[in-house]
Amino acid sequence: MLDLKGYGPALMEGAVVTIELAFLSLALSVALGLLGASAKLSQNRLAKGVATTYTTLIRGVPDLVMMLLFYYGGQVAVNMLSDYIWEAYEIDFFFQFDPFISGVVTIGLIFGAYMTETFRGAFLAVEKGQIEAARAYGFTRFHTFRRIMLPQMMRHALPGLGNNWQVLLKTTALVSIIGLTDMVRVAEEAAKAERMPFHFFIPVAFVYLALTAGSELFIKWLDKRANVGVVQGS
Amino acid sequence: MPDFIAEWLNQNDIFTAMTIMEYWDGMVTTVHLVFLSLVIGLLVAVPLAILRTVRNPFVSGPVWLYTYLFRGTPLLIQLYIIYYGLAQIEGIQETFWWDIFREPFYPALLAFTLNTAAYTTEIIRGAIVSTPHGEIEAAKAYGMNWFMRMRRIVLPSAARRAVQAYSNEVIFMLHASAIASVVTIVDLTGAARNIYSRFYAPFDAFIFVALCYMALTFILVFAFRKLETHLLRHQRPVSG
Repeated sequence: MLDLKGYGPALMEGAVVTIELAFLSLALSVALGLLGASAKLSQNRLAKGVATTYTTLIRGVPDLVMMLLFYYGGQVAVNMLSDYIWEAYEIDFFFQFDPFISGVVTIGLIFGAYMTETFRGAFLAVEKGQIEAARAYGFTRFHTFRRIMLPQMMRHALPGLGNNWQVLLKTTALVSIIGLTDMVRVAEEAAKAERMPFHFFIPVAFVYLALTAGSELFIKWLDKRANVGVVQGS
Repeated sequence: MPDFIAEWLNQNDIFTAMTIMEYWDGMVTTVHLVFLSLVIGLLVAVPLAILRTVRNPFVSGPVWLYTYLFRGTPLLIQLYIIYYGLAQIEGIQETFWWDIFREPFYPALLAFTLNTAAYTTEIIRGAIVSTPHGEIEAAKAYGMNWFMRMRRIVLPSAARRAVQAYSNEVIFMLHASAIASVVTIVDLTGAARNIYSRFYAPFDAFIFVALCYMALTFILVFAFRKLETHLLRHQRPVSG
């Protein structure tokens, strides 16, 4: 189909890497977001403090700087840890901090902070009476969370979630800078070798455009489904 | 200064006067780049946002396409296309443009400006569209023409509604500017990367630069909060 001077298959593989990276980071960030939102809304002052520090720190630092810190710093930290383990227990332990893992961890952490804010707002939007009713029925805290809060909060969280996902998708391009062979990296190498930047970057740009446009439609559909039964004021 | 800090400063090789100067120069480049792209981007975005609200699809359509393309693709790709692409334009190397675009600063400035202008256009458009209808009716009743209505009523009122979203865009741009280091610009991140590779000290290099960005971010947040209270002072509850 699209040969692109022989780089077509490599670009395709790169696109798959981009998509995998995006979905794994999304999963991590949603998990962190739920955790962070619960911490922010809890009565525990320590949990609240940790969550607030986390979101403030993340929102003050550029994603690329964070990524470079995790990628280069992560390896140094792991080496220090494995040296320590070797000296203390004589267990040989080595772990290679590759760009993919650093990418997932960094993007997950960054968007976990944004998700925390999104989910916090959404949890607050759930009517208080619902929670009281659940309590009255004898639901445990966990049950209330799973059966009552989570399904109702998702409706309010969806627009913010969708927004974060769109930004996350575009942030994955940064991982090419720390050496992951995603489609941006392949395109960059091809463009340099063939001296044809437009030839390679424009198709990649269109893949991103297709991904964001597709997500937009999907989020709209989800939003419509989630709001079934809600009377929209106008 | 406590003794232990002085001792620590004397003992480390990384935070010497020279590296601090490198960071400083990087900070100047970052601020310069971000400030220029934001100012030019805003100047471009206001007329585009007005055009975007025009009913004629031949006027608003191209603006929509522009914002859609720039908002739907990563800034890094836009930077690569402009940085590598400008050099490939037939004959550019013989014109005076080449003297400008040979430096990586200007392609980066162009990419950042186009990107922020696209986002800002949509922010301002949203604010213009949500102008209360009564305000426009009142302006018409006073006999204001379209231009005067825009200048006196719609734009100032839209600015108040846009400032919150725009402050997010400004911070986003500051953070996004870190990718300038990829095209060999020595901005804050570029300085940190140089210092990292010289000393192989990732924590010192990147945590310090993260703190610098954080300081810049908080200055911006503070400034925008001041601006917001200034612009919205008529909505402040009357006290005492």
